[in-house]
Amino acid sequence: MEYMPNFQLHRPATAKEAVKLRSDNSAAQYVAGGTDLIVNVRRGIEQPENLIDLSAIAELKLINEDKDGLHIGAGVTLKEVARNKKIVSKYQAVAEAAAAVAGIIHQQYGTLGGNLCLDTRCLYYNQSEWWRQSNDYCLKERGDTCHVASGGKQCFAAFSGDVAPALLVFQAEVDLIGLKGPRRIPLAKLYQNDGMDHLTLKAGELLTAVHLPKVLAGCPSRYEKTRIRGSIDFPLAGAAVRLKMKGKKVEDFAIALTGVNPYPQIVKGTDEYVGNAFDDESLDKLRDSVRKQAKPMKTTTVAPWYRRRVIGAVARRLTEELAG
Amino acid sequence: MSEKRNKTLLHCTVNGKERDDVVKDNMLVADYLREVVGITGTKIGCDGGECGCCTVLIDGVPQHACLRLTATCQDVEIETIEALAEQNRLSALQRGFHEKLGTQCGFCTPGMIMAAEGLLRENPSPSEDEIRQGLAANLCRCTGYIKIIEAVQFAIDELGSKGKAA
Ligand SMILES: Cc1cc2nc3c(=O)[nH]c(=O)nc-3n(C[C@H](O)[C@H](O)[C@H](O)COP(=O)(O)OP(=O)(O)OC[C@H]3O[C@@H](n4cnc5c(N)ncnc54)[C@H](O)[C@@H]3O)c2cc1C
Ligand code: FES
Ligand code: FES
Repeated sequence: MEYMPNFQLHRPATAKEAVKLRSDNSAAQYVAGGTDLIVNVRRGIEQPENLIDLSAIAELKLINEDKDGLHIGAGVTLKEVARNKKIVSKYQAVAEAAAAVAGIIHQQYGTLGGNLCLDTRCLYYNQSEWWRQSNDYCLKERGDTCHVASGGKQCFAAFSGDVAPALLVFQAEVDLIGLKGPRRIPLAKLYQNDGMDHLTLKAGELLTAVHLPKVLAGCPSRYEKTRIRGSIDFPLAGAAVRLKMKGKKVEDFAIALTGVNPYPQIVKGTDEYVGNAFDDESLDKLRDSVRKQAKPMKTTTVAPWYRRRVIGAVARRLTEELAG
Repeated sequence: MSEKRNKTLLHCTVNGKERDDVVKDNMLVADYLREVVGITGTKIGCDGGECGCCTVLIDGVPQHACLRLTATCQDVEIETIEALAEQNRLSALQRGFHEKLGTQCGFCTPGMIMAAEGLLRENPSPSEDEIRQGLAANLCRCTGYIKIIEAVQFAIDELGSKGKAA
C-alpha cells in the first residue's frame, strides 16, 4: 500500500443520513465509486478521517421520466448512463460522454455524481507523495507556488470530467441536499473558475440527482474528446455540441467544453449563428471563437497550444456533422 | 504512538465460500484477498485504477480491487481468478490464454481473464470490437493484445460449440 490514512467508513442507507453523518464527523468526505477519490487518498492528496460511502443508498440509483423530463440519480453508474435507451435516444451526447469516461471497468462502478464532482487535475497535483514532495508540493496541495503559472496565486488545475459538458448543452439542473434541506440549481452554477475550489457546493452538500429537460429531448447532439490513449485516458480537451436545424438554418445551438479550464465551460456567442446557414467561413469563425475561449494551461503532458487547436477542430467538426 | 484502527465486521462470499472477517476500514479488496483471505492470484500493478491487473468480479461485475474498500463489500460475492478452474480443469478462458499464448509474463493475465469473464457473462458472443471494448481498461506490456483477443475468441468458440454459457 502506498498510503492509506486510518479513516472510519460510514455506510448510510439514505441521502439524509449521509448529509448528517458528513456534518457530524470531522474531515469527512463522500465516496461513491471511489475511482477518483480513492486514487487521491492513496496518493496522499486527500487525507479524510471519515468517509461517507454512498454505495448503499438505493434512492440515488434511480432513473425516472416524467412530464418535465428525465431524472438520473447521482449514484447511477456511467455504464447505465451510456446504455440507458432513453438517454441514448434523447440525449445522445450524454450517453456518448459517459461511454468515453476512463475505461469500461471504471464505468461499471464509477457514478454520475462522482463524475460531476470530480476533483480538478494537474500534472503537478495528480502525482505520488514523493513526486509532489520533491517538487515542494503546489498551490492546490500543501505548497505555496503554482508550477503551471509561476508567481501566480491562482490554481489552474483543469476540470476533466466528460459528462458535465454534455449535460450543460442540455441545460441540465442538479438537486442538492444539505442540512438546511434540498435545493435545485442549474448545473452551470455548480462550478466556478477556481482550480482549488471549483465546486460551489456548500459544506457537506450532497448531489442527489440530475434533471434533463423534456423540451430539449431528442435534440441532435454529440460529444467527443481527445486523449492520449483511446482506451482509458482523461480528456486533454472535450467538446459537447447540441444543434437543432430548421431546414438549412440554425434554430438552437449550444457548445460546452471540458479539460481546458478549471470548470466545464459553456461557449459564448453560439446565439449569433441562429437564423443563419453554416458555410466554411462561419464554421472557421466558430472554430476560432472556441479556441479563443478555451484557456488550457500546462496541466497535462500535452502542450496547451495543441489542446487549444484540437478543441476548436473538434467543436467545428461536430457542428458540421450535426448540421448535415 | 499506536493509533486505534477503525474496523468493520464484514460478511461476504469469496469464490463461493462464505466468510466473516474483521477488516480495517481503510483496507482495499486487493489487500483483503491477498493478505486476509490468502489468495494471491489477484495482482496489484499500478495501485491506482490504471492498469486493470487487480480486476475481480463483485456481484458478477468487473471492478478494480485496488480501489474498492473492503468494508463496502457487505453481503456481496467476490470472484477471483482462483474461482474459474473446476476440479483442477482450467476454464475455457484459461485454456484459451494457454492455447493461444495470450499470456507471457502473466502479470496482467488474472485481471485480463476476469474482465473477459465479466464480458462473456453479459454477452456470450461478443464481436472482436466488443472484446476490445470489454478489455480496454486492462493493460498488457507483453503480448500486443492480438493474442489476448484470440484467446477470448478461442473460449467463445469452445463454449459456443458446447452450447453453454461461460
Ligand atoms: C485510470 C483512470 C482514468 C480516468 N479517466 C477518466 C476520464 O477519462 N474522464 C472522466 O471524466 N473521469 C475519469 N476518471 C475518473 C473517474 O473514474 C470518473 O470521473 C468517475 O465518474 C468518478 O465517479 P466515482 O463514483 O468513482 O467518484 P468518487 O471517486 O467516489 O468521487 C469523486 C468525488 O466526487 C465526490 N462525490 C461523489 N459523489 C457525490 C455526490 N453524490 N455528491 C457530492 N459529492 C460527491 C467525492 O467526494 C469525490 O470528491 C478516471 C479515473 C481513473 C482511475
Ligand atoms: S492495480 Fe488496480 S488497476 Fe492497477
Ligand atoms: S503478459 Fe505480461 S503484461 Fe500481459
